[in-house]
Amino acid sequence: MSSQKDPEHTGKPKRGFSRRGFMRGVGLGSGALGTSLLEREAVAAPPPAKVVGPGPVAITLKINGKPVNLKVEPRVTLSDALRNHLDLTGAKRVCDRGTCGACTVMMAGKTVYSCSVLAIDAQGKEIETIEGIGSPEKLHPVSAAFWNNDGQQCGYCTPGFVMASKGFLEEHANPTVEDFKRGLGGNLCRCGTYMGVKAAVLEAAKTLAPAVGGKKNG
Amino acid sequence: MANTPNYSWPPMNTRKVMGTRPKRVDGPVKSSGRAKYSSDLNFNGMLYGAYLTSPHAHARVKSVDTSAAEKADGVQSVYVIAAGGAEVQWQGAEIAAVAALTEEQARDAVRLIKVDYEVLPHNVLDADLAKVAAPFAQKAGERLQGDPDKAFTEAEVVSEGQYGIPVVTHCCLEPHGQVIQWQGSGDASQIQAWPSTQDVTSYAGDLGQHLKVPATNIKVKMDYVGGGFGSKFSPDAWAVAGANLSQKAGGRPVKLWLDRATEQLMAGNRPSLFAKVKVAGKKDGTITGWQGETWGSGGVTGLTMPNNVPYVFDIPNSRRNHTSVRVNGGPSRAWRAPGNQQASYITCAAIEDFAAKAGLDPIDVFAKNLGYAPAARRDTYGLQLTKAAELADWKKLWHPRGQSGPGPIKRGLGLGIATWQGAGHASQCRTIINPDGSVRVEIDTQDLGTGTRTIILQVVAETLGLPMSQIQLLIGSSDLPRDGASGGSTTVGGVSTSSRRSSVNALAKLFEVVAPDLGVQPDQLEATDGQIRVTGTPGKSLTWAAACKKLGTASISEMGIFTARGDAAGMTTGGVCGVQIADVSVDVETGVVKMNRYTAVQDCGLIINPRLAESVVYGAVIMGIGTALFEERSMDQQTGKMLNPDMEFYKLAGIADVGEIQVHLDIREENDKRGVIGLGEPPAVPICGAIGNAVANAIGVRVPNIPMTPDHVLNALEGRA
Repeated sequence: MSSQKDPEHTGKPKRGFSRRGFMRGVGLGSGALGTSLLEREAVAAPPPAKVVGPGPVAITLKINGKPVNLKVEPRVTLSDALRNHLDLTGAKRVCDRGTCGACTVMMAGKTVYSCSVLAIDAQGKEIETIEGIGSPEKLHPVSAAFWNNDGQQCGYCTPGFVMASKGFLEEHANPTVEDFKRGLGGNLCRCGTYMGVKAAVLEAAKTLAPAVGGKKNG
Repeated sequence: MANTPNYSWPPMNTRKVMGTRPKRVDGPVKSSGRAKYSSDLNFNGMLYGAYLTSPHAHARVKSVDTSAAEKADGVQSVYVIAAGGAEVQWQGAEIAAVAALTEEQARDAVRLIKVDYEVLPHNVLDADLAKVAAPFAQKAGERLQGDPDKAFTEAEVVSEGQYGIPVVTHCCLEPHGQVIQWQGSGDASQIQAWPSTQDVTSYAGDLGQHLKVPATNIKVKMDYVGGGFGSKFSPDAWAVAGANLSQKAGGRPVKLWLDRATEQLMAGNRPSLFAKVKVAGKKDGTITGWQGETWGSGGVTGLTMPNNVPYVFDIPNSRRNHTSVRVNGGPSRAWRAPGNQQASYITCAAIEDFAAKAGLDPIDVFAKNLGYAPAARRDTYGLQLTKAAELADWKKLWHPRGQSGPGPIKRGLGLGIATWQGAGHASQCRTIINPDGSVRVEIDTQDLGTGTRTIILQVVAETLGLPMSQIQLLIGSSDLPRDGASGGSTTVGGVSTSSRRSSVNALAKLFEVVAPDLGVQPDQLEATDGQIRVTGTPGKSLTWAAACKKLGTASISEMGIFTARGDAAGMTTGGVCGVQIADVSVDVETGVVKMNRYTAVQDCGLIINPRLAESVVYGAVIMGIGTALFEERSMDQQTGKMLNPDMEFYKLAGIADVGEIQVHLDIREENDKRGVIGLGEPPAVPICGAIGNAVANAIGVRVPNIPMTPDHVLNALEGRA
């Protein structure tokens, strides 16, 4: 169980979110990691890191196709920036440490746990939140599939599941149930809606198939 | 109205909306991420709150110095919850709270609060009584029934076993908390709360008592709640803290929610229960005696003697002893059928062990002893045992314990049972019909994700002969007619009864207005397919819009009242059973238990929406699989701390962990006539029993303690359990 988003575990998505990749990326200048790792990264990365903070810094995020300016402390996560500063509250803060997937958004075309990305590190990348992929009146096909198959109860995990499913299906056009059990292993639901979620992902895979047609599974 | 209105449900075969499977009405707003849970709310001028909690399991607070925190950047108010002299009895207990302009500032500021503690002795152990220090374990009763000594002396078969189910946490995905605003003071106070609660109805009254503010001055609003499962009833200390922070900050709204660690530490868990049980009986499977020692804990208050072990089966000769264990851990809260999972697990495991000892099929042993079950439930259990066995391929797949064949992967089947009440709670609802034909239904209930919104609309649509989309429904606000707490599986029976009544009453008023136009008496009219017509006479009718136009300028506004004091009139009743079967494979080399297939046969009453009812049963089973396989609050006696107050080491089931699940709801006319019965809890009961028994059946030995983790399984295989 638990997260299977790391491609080294699944052997499936070639360019997916990886904890190791995340650690490498965030290691530069974040000050959030142990010194030994930072020292090793420093050797591997000659140009000195740009130091910002600790007070709020002005940043620009490209969210759902639009540039957005905000001021946040460098320690503010992408999920907190979205929720507290931009009122984009589809992504939920649940575990706040990269376990449950409720905060999943797309960044540079890949699903990420937005609680585990710093807002300042998300600059320059296309960020897509659930607010950017549809509305209650015009549901994205993945959202519609969750509704059609009752893949939700309290609904708090649903936006994260929808984004994770969308990201997964964009890389796996014709998944088997076994495929997406691994692909969605990084999202947790407490109400127990996995039967509906399974049916939803299968339906969404069919709906989206023409759009992602040429790609082979895996 | 001349006559007493007929509120009874329309006959099953005439229903047009009830009994059908519409999708949940809040699905689009939830699926698109637009549903605003209270934890999603942002207001102008809103402050962020943060909590300081106790690092100690047991301590006396000597002093709290907030001076540095008060001067910290962005801080607007500080509120001390546990002042000098206070005793804290668990890690995570609230000490103080801060409100600041940003969340980061609030978190920084609480770290500047200096607390001097006198650390006191603690106990966090409950599983092994021998390790619990004397003052923390207290004998809490003995109950004797019949002559157990004689039963054991005369027994042809005696089985013995030890069983346990640990403390697990609710782990609602939306944590506990609220946004809250307190303007003014005393009787001039105006408080607005946006909580995450299972009980909008009582929230203002409860909070008012804590704050000494009239309930009439408190408004409560909640559109969506991100999970509760029994842990979100009262406003709690964080509402009091948040309100005080707001008032001290000049009445600005404060957003105070628990972080995950605090949520896990103190915002809801289920009590443990452990047992040593001996069962006496005959070779034919008849049970004649029960001897059980139980112990467990719900926190610092311990655990009173459970009155439901053995569960369902009232065994004539029994001796029961209980020890209450006090642990310095967050207090237990109601959990989806409180006390039932524990009792069901211990009972079903002990009966399974008896069956194995007697060399009998447990289904036969359960069936053989149904005479000990409540008379009203016996036949249903009998039918359910047969149905569940059929659906689970029991005859083909079951084998005597341990005879699982060669190879390291051992397959096994096991069963568990449930019972629950689930009759509707007292509820009031208002239905308004306007001259323009629009309809509004008002009730202060909440939709926990069970589909409450959807089923209310189905009831009203059925009653008024309108499509669901033509009815506006308002819930989740203290301004609306009182419903009740969503606990005990009482919501569906309550809201369906009151909304049916309010709609029948409103419709009767409309009939009075339009009857003269149609040249008949009001009681000769019916509402169907968007028309008001003379009963059975399609030609003599008015469209809904034309009929409502006759109201002139006066809307109809009618209440529906259900007191739940003998006035259900068959619209809602309680009392259901369930039988579930787990089919698992256990790798005896790694100890990993894998779910193959799970079968849930669930008794029910009138089902308003089979789609949502099935979802509730699936959900209950999946939550149960999590508790049976993975979940356990892990405590360290040395430090008194919880080792897994998170979601990476406190493991919930994921999509790959649950196997296939089949749900059988017994929807038929005979059950329909029982009226509406709640289903949130009963299917959540049997899972630990079914899975524990399936594992024993697979590997040939009993794994005493839930969860069925590799260490527990391997210990049992090595005889270390």
